[in-house]
Amino acid sequence: MSNLLRNIIRLMLFILVQEFVLNKIPPLHQYITPYIYFLFILWLPFNIGRNSLLIVSFITGLCLDFFTKTPGLHAAACVFIGYVRPFLVNLLMSQQGKEFNYREPSVTSLGFSQYVTYAVVLTLFHHAVLFTIQAFQFGNILYLLLKTAGSTVISLLLITVIEIIFIRKQKFLTNT
Amino acid sequence: MRNLFAFIRRFSVLLFFLLLEIISMVLLFRYNKFHQAAYMDTAGEITGSVEAQYKKVDGYFHLKKENEELRRKLNEVQNKLAENFSSPDTTQRIITDTVSIDTSGNRRKYLYMDAEVVNNSISQPNNYFTIHRGTKQGVEPGMVVLSANGVAGVVIDVTENFSTVMSMLNKQSRISARLKKTGESGRIEWDGVNPRIVLLRDIPKSVKLAKGDTVITSQYSDFPPGVMIGVIEKVFLEQSTNNYLLHVRPSNDFSRLQNVFVVSNLQRNEQLELENKLKKKK
Repeated sequence: MSNLLRNIIRLMLFILVQEFVLNKIPPLHQYITPYIYFLFILWLPFNIGRNSLLIVSFITGLCLDFFTKTPGLHAAACVFIGYVRPFLVNLLMSQQGKEFNYREPSVTSLGFSQYVTYAVVLTLFHHAVLFTIQAFQFGNILYLLLKTAGSTVISLLLITVIEIIFIRKQKFLTNT
Repeated sequence: MRNLFAFIRRFSVLLFFLLLEIISMVLLFRYNKFHQAAYMDTAGEITGSVEAQYKKVDGYFHLKKENEELRRKLNEVQNKLAENFSSPDTTQRIITDTVSIDTSGNRRKYLYMDAEVVNNSISQPNNYFTIHRGTKQGVEPGMVVLSANGVAGVVIDVTENFSTVMSMLNKQSRISARLKKTGESGRIEWDGVNPRIVLLRDIPKSVKLAKGDTVITSQYSDFPPGVMIGVIEKVFLEQSTNNYLLHVRPSNDFSRLQNVFVVSNLQRNEQLELENKLKKKK
């Protein structure tokens, strides 16, 4: 399967699962609104350009926005993590040129602890930006912090489950 | 000039990032302000049709409760039929009139249209739901939406076959409400926190009220007067004002909205025209 086709299907699945499963479940608690669709951005290949990464992130966010009727809200959060992602990848992989050996970030390509850091930081950023923009309309700093923390934990739990269920086979790409 | 180009090339990614963020913000705040975004028209049709497919499956899971509610509503309406009232005098007959103006000069004010909810959310601070009825089926922005249990929301955006409704669980939603017992009117809002609690403000402290009192729509709202909103759950005194802050439990379970009624106020334009005349004079 080509890379493009794989990612298009992935995007559609993530958006549909987010909208029709996670957004449908009754709220567990006022601090918890789980998100997983941004995992699509975390899983994008290494070799994508920085500008195209931003555009893809923007489109991802906008797709979900059409369903939730909040144009721009999720797009802003996604563009932000799309912007941060290359810095984080460089930071976590500065020791070797590992990124050329694998196609996309995963536990095998980054290593366990690096991948956990990568996921935690981006999830936290996504939630923080998202809830801050929502909070422009009703401000309560403690509520905001607790909501970010609670939702991040639950989202990470879901991401862990997804990573365990859908193990992505990573081919080792050689130069030859 | 060369320096400028060098600067742009050097920071192109950052500039592009900022541009996209600004676009997002503009979209977000414009949509909230005017409830109108041109591009939502096509997108609304596409997401609406996906949501209609989803609802076909999801609908089966709530059939039992939905049936109960509709049966209760039907029972209530049936009790109001003219046939139920008999006159002791045989020379008088009760005739049901279907014309919009009856002989005593009463005019039809509210027109009910049924609609199916195809998408719904309650977990956001600003919740909207989508109904499968649009301009082609006579829906216009500003019409109100009721369910069998009570108030649901206000139509804000319409495409050909779908409409977006601002749910009562939306921080921008303001509904004029009235206490059923004493008749004091206030305003229903939502603080974006708990979908099972809405807030009733502007009820003065002098009013005698108790937990469990019924709150209904007032005659000043766009809603038909006397529609159930909920019951008072908790009573607080607002420190800064002379008013109560009441927690109201909505009679509607917003997580289970399935069949609703769009209510069109046929005399609304006339009323607005009159009120605008006064504003112009000032």
